[in-house]
Amino acid sequence: MTLDMFIQHLFNALALGALYGLIAIGYTMVYGILRLINFAHGDIFMLGAYLVFFSTIAFMPAWVAALLLGLTLIIFYSTFVGFGKKPPVWFWAGVALAAGMGCYYGFIAPTSFAPPWLLAVAFAIVVTSAIGISVDRVAYKPLREAPRISALISAIGVSFFIESAAVVVFSGLPRPVRQPEAMVKPFIFSLESITGNADSLVRVTPLAIIVPVISIILIAGLLWIIYRTKPGLAMRAISKDIETTRLMGVSVNKVIAMTFGLGSALAAAAGIMWSLRYPQIFPYMGMMPGLKAFIAAVFGGIGSIPGAMIGGAMLGFMEIFIVAFFPELSGYRDAFAFILLIVILLWKPTGLMGEKLREKI
Amino acid sequence: MLKVDDLHVYYGGIHAVKGVSLNIPQGHIVTLIGANGAGKSSTVRTIAGLEKGRGAIIHKGENILGKPAEDIVRRGIALSPEGRRILPHLSVEENLRLGAYIRNDKDGIAKDIEWVYSLFPRLKERAWQAGGTLSGGEQQMLAVGRALMSNPELVMLDEPSLGLAPLLVKEIFNIIGKVRDMGKTILLIEQNAFAALSIANYAYILETGSVVLEGPGQELLRNPMVKEAYLG
Ligand SMILES: Nc1ncnc2c1ncn2[C@@H]1O[C@H](COP(=O)(O)OP(=O)(O)OP(=O)(O)O)[C@@H](O)[C@H]1O
Ligand SMILES: [Mg+2]
Repeated sequence: MTLDMFIQHLFNALALGALYGLIAIGYTMVYGILRLINFAHGDIFMLGAYLVFFSTIAFMPAWVAALLLGLTLIIFYSTFVGFGKKPPVWFWAGVALAAGMGCYYGFIAPTSFAPPWLLAVAFAIVVTSAIGISVDRVAYKPLREAPRISALISAIGVSFFIESAAVVVFSGLPRPVRQPEAMVKPFIFSLESITGNADSLVRVTPLAIIVPVISIILIAGLLWIIYRTKPGLAMRAISKDIETTRLMGVSVNKVIAMTFGLGSALAAAAGIMWSLRYPQIFPYMGMMPGLKAFIAAVFGGIGSIPGAMIGGAMLGFMEIFIVAFFPELSGYRDAFAFILLIVILLWKPTGLMGEKLREKI
Repeated sequence: MLKVDDLHVYYGGIHAVKGVSLNIPQGHIVTLIGANGAGKSSTVRTIAGLEKGRGAIIHKGENILGKPAEDIVRRGIALSPEGRRILPHLSVEENLRLGAYIRNDKDGIAKDIEWVYSLFPRLKERAWQAGGTLSGGEQQMLAVGRALMSNPELVMLDEPSLGLAPLLVKEIFNIIGKVRDMGKTILLIEQNAFAALSIANYAYILETGSVVLEGPGQELLRNPMVKEAYLG
């Protein structure tokens, strides 16, 4: 392999690994607290991509956007503040905004929701995070006291439900995603000074840089929340001893909801970046990345956040480089992850950074 | 301060607490003693909101029985649970901060952490050590300190001297006395009946889920039945 190809693959691997890492963190955080594999996580990833798609390309009616914002607000409010308490200012501000938008666009000037790109991303992340919280509320919370296998089955059910609903609402046809021009116009570096060959060129699109950089920023933000804030302290405590943490005044359901919210926000961000890099979306697009990110989480040691990051990065690198070195194996690309899973489960079931599993699944 | 009235606790078919009534006046140390399995922990766990029960627990004129644990501690009732229950992967200081979770007064929390460190200087030396690496006795100190961090009016200590060397037992009881002198109320569960009765204003003796004897600590110390059964 020539140097320029190697560097090219390196950039691809970095982006893919970062995306796997972002998704894997959501699996690992939920597992760390509930010992539950949230199979719907890959579908949350898909919803994030679709929400951006619909608000920037296939313009959704603005009243739908207003409705989604309103519901999001209600979900956040009922989860983190609770009905019957005095609502905080942000709640009223949001209600006013959503209601104003809904009335204006619903009755006065029906139009499409076509916000600037960045605003659409923020919108998608916030709404997806509320959907993640709702999944917990509807499908897992009623089963907290039930045997673990019940919640696991519920998770599989939710996953099928979201996928099928997406087929109905979005239609099953794959849709092409338009990549913003500025993100895919490649910089071209010449490696001639190193290799002495005028053909040694590396093409790097801004997207290939942006994906890992944004991923690292998001992960840094998450680590800050977990290790430097009070809710983060509660999350770390709950993962070891729920009862004692409750004795300290921590409301367990709020912390669990926050975990789902944060994990889903990261998955949405990953879904959006994924749809820009591999510019096509379809209702089942979350399955494969979701499964692989789950494998990455197991590889890194499920329950461990640094483990999920390392597992995601390593899986991304392996996938790209195995295909790069053995192009004839490229048809088996998706199989590597599963072979890795089997090897890990046989050789070191706790993963790279994991602690002893308390229970086999 | 707190009144427990005819409390019953069941675990499936097991009737663990059978109509216990307690009166815990403000600023007093009340102790609960009894053999293993008498229902002491079940009683305080129910007060703390961890178990369901029947009967009434009256705090400031309101029945708090059945309220969730996270609400009880907000009402100023803290429990240092049986078996320490230190969070092993959090540092000593993080364990203390978790104890102060319901508070938002940064300066007050910092001051109280220093205060706990002054009570237990060994904790200060180990502030950044993971809780799980402390010795059993140090963990016990941390559990007591953590319960104090919520700045509670009533502190319930479930066997705070368990597994401590005699010298440290004395120290823990010293500290319990100090905490009372600050105006806090204490409900103390102890295997060490002599020390508990000596310090307590009032004591209840539990046997298989019922109160069989009660009275001021000093009085029970002289009671022949107590002497025989609990003081050896
Ligand atoms: N979670 C539980 N499930 C079933 N039975 C329980 C449970 N917790 C306690 N019990 C039973 O309730 C009874 C009272 O237990 P409890 O822990 O209150 O006793 P205790 O007085 O604190 O004893 P010790 O001095 O040993 O701590 C015991 O018979 C015990 O077996
Ligand atoms: Mg006990």
